[in-house]
Amino acid sequence: MAVAVKTTETSDVQTEQLMTGCEAIAEAIRLADVDVMAAFPIRPYDTVMQAAAKLIANGKLDCEYIVADGEHSQFEIVKHACAVGSRVFVGSSGVGWFYAFEAIAVTAGLRLPVVAICGNRALDDPGAFGTEHNDSLAVRDLGWLLPWAETAQECLDLALMAWRVGEDKRVSLPVAIGLDGGFLTHSQQLVSVPTKAAADAYLPRFDLGDRLLHPDNPITIAPQVDQDWLMEIRRQNDAAMRRALEVIAEAHADLKKLFGRGGDSPFLDEYMTDDADVVFFGQGTLALPMKVAIRRLRKQGHKVGLVRLKWFRPFPTDEVVRSLSRFKAVGIVDRDYSFGSPYYGGVLYNEVRSALYSRDERPTIVGFVAGLGGREIDQTMAQDIYDKTAAAAAGGLAAGDQCHWIGVRE
Amino acid sequence: MTQATAAPPQTAAATDITIEVVYRGIFQKTLAQRITRGVVLAARQKGLPGTAFSRYGDSPERNGVPAKQFAVVAVNDIELEASMARYEPAVVDVSVAVDDTLVKGVESWAWYGRQPIWKPVRPNGVVLVTSDKSPDEIVAQTDKTDRPYTLGVVPGGASFAGLWVYKDDHTDWRVLGALSKVLPEWLPLEEVKAQVRRQTKDENAVASVQSGHDATKLRQVKVGEGTDAHEKLGFTKPGWTTMRTGVIVDARKPGERNPQYKRYATRTQRPVVNFDTCIKCTMCWLDCPDECFEVTPSGHFEVVYEACVGCGICAQVCPVKDCIVMVDELKFDSNKLVFPVWEKDRNTYNAWFERTSGRSAAPPTGEKAAVAAGGDE
Repeated sequence: MAVAVKTTETSDVQTEQLMTGCEAIAEAIRLADVDVMAAFPIRPYDTVMQAAAKLIANGKLDCEYIVADGEHSQFEIVKHACAVGSRVFVGSSGVGWFYAFEAIAVTAGLRLPVVAICGNRALDDPGAFGTEHNDSLAVRDLGWLLPWAETAQECLDLALMAWRVGEDKRVSLPVAIGLDGGFLTHSQQLVSVPTKAAADAYLPRFDLGDRLLHPDNPITIAPQVDQDWLMEIRRQNDAAMRRALEVIAEAHADLKKLFGRGGDSPFLDEYMTDDADVVFFGQGTLALPMKVAIRRLRKQGHKVGLVRLKWFRPFPTDEVVRSLSRFKAVGIVDRDYSFGSPYYGGVLYNEVRSALYSRDERPTIVGFVAGLGGREIDQTMAQDIYDKTAAAAAGGLAAGDQCHWIGVRE
Repeated sequence: MTQATAAPPQTAAATDITIEVVYRGIFQKTLAQRITRGVVLAARQKGLPGTAFSRYGDSPERNGVPAKQFAVVAVNDIELEASMARYEPAVVDVSVAVDDTLVKGVESWAWYGRQPIWKPVRPNGVVLVTSDKSPDEIVAQTDKTDRPYTLGVVPGGASFAGLWVYKDDHTDWRVLGALSKVLPEWLPLEEVKAQVRRQTKDENAVASVQSGHDATKLRQVKVGEGTDAHEKLGFTKPGWTTMRTGVIVDARKPGERNPQYKRYATRTQRPVVNFDTCIKCTMCWLDCPDECFEVTPSGHFEVVYEACVGCGICAQVCPVKDCIVMVDELKFDSNKLVFPVWEKDRNTYNAWFERTSGRSAAPPTGEKAAVAAGGDE
């Protein structure tokens, strides 16, 4: 449970506490006054189960807490609760997330703003608890909004944003926040927790309007539609995902105004990029060792920086293109794999390349698969990534040299 | 009745031929499949390529709901391609209805509306119906046509022969024989027979092909012939900007009936009620799966025919003999309520009841009468 260590400054909107990423999510659940959450244990997501249960036990949260018989039921429970107007929370990890896949797919199809976390974890077998992004990324085409957090603070902030953006009538889509297993889910960091009043000011009440499933509002949800309707339904989801970009920008601006956090851009976090020739690109806690490397490399005179992607879906194409086209070379670090993909690169690698394809100003792009299964990205690996990217910036890319595995034993 | 003298007009340079089989979902699925397969295999005897497929959206088929299967034969593989990777051809040369009540209209899904049986048939195409009725009787129950076509009646009732437990009755072979009569260029009789012989090694089946060919009665149907008594049901599908968010459609309020999807095209028989012998026991009203009974001020239960799919459960649960009788749907030309007629003039109503149902309207006697009188069984 979160322990208040000190208050750094007197604030009438927030207090500082020490907590894990999952505990920060639980605090957001309390602040959002979630009505229904469904739980089923799997590491590393399950820390949020424990933290939320404790909040309920201590009388700090009034929430219907349902322990399901598996992840599929878990996600179905919140989907239905959401359809009757409840603000909901759910989550899972790795293969547990996959076991819920059918429910995950229909939740987006039905435009129900379920908020989830995916405590990113390698897909077993073999058994592995550490982070890989393939669990979250598996749903990338379905209509879930997918932000990734770097810190426990960002976990809390993104969770509040998730309900606000997902429940906005212009969007009405589910959100799954990516939390790197271990590094974020289980590590305690200092977090500024908003007061309930401040959170209320930020997050309006959930209102499904005329989509509410209720005897007084007779509607049929999800009839058989076949080819006669489905394309129009998919097109609606497409439009909602497009509109999500501006709603995220609004939510980001308000968060910044209210709590003074979140950086300049809702979608990208840039570090030492102003004069950079080479940048790293990635998402999640990867940014932390890469920033350490950047400071070390800069002492050696290398103009290097970092661009961290905060929202993978909707993919902020314009922002990414505008940012990356300023640099000579970009080293994209994927904490995921996509076997047999173009150039055998990771998912981020191919998405970014695709975004830049039609632009005249294109940096050289090098792909790196690193840190799988939660392997720590150390400074030797960061140096390797830099060397290969800088070499490509200087001399171009040789065929067969587009993508590399980093920190893997031969 | 005009017996057609010439073969129905064929497009001179036709490069393919499309036949649809309209049938009662599930009950006649295998029958429809045998016919469409039979067409393709018979044409193959001539060396022509073909394909047979069902309307994918009909599956899983719902009991009795009108469904369709298709056969396409072309002069070569290239011409066949235009008919492949399709769910439903927009235009067909021949439509075969293997249940004559289907001529009252085909309503498969809400948004299809209620379609005349001839809707996809090209001008001067053919509608074949298996029926014990005359061509004139069939035309009288078919929507008024906006195009000329040839009606062919293949003698025989609605066959269940495709279902596992029903004995084969050669409806499939007789329909193939009828098709050879209306499409002699594509399905010559001798080649259809050769195919059936090869397939079944049964001369009785081959004889049924010949019998279907010979016994089918043809009648030209001119523009404007047919009935306009059937209700028009249409539906405009919304676009993505106008449809509701979240895969939601308006549901009906309690007590309200669906104005767009009425489902009576599923009906082959309808319940007719003897209000004189009704004991107001509520069984029909309770057990009707479609809630199609309305309670009258006098406490009787009248059938709203627009909502009735003709399942027959009411007639089965009714404890009074011949109080609810299931009657051939082709005997009726509208869904009008009949209770007001009984209220106004019982004798007229009872005469109509006896005429349509073939049963006596007089109160029952004996054991059932005791039930009717509220006595112990």
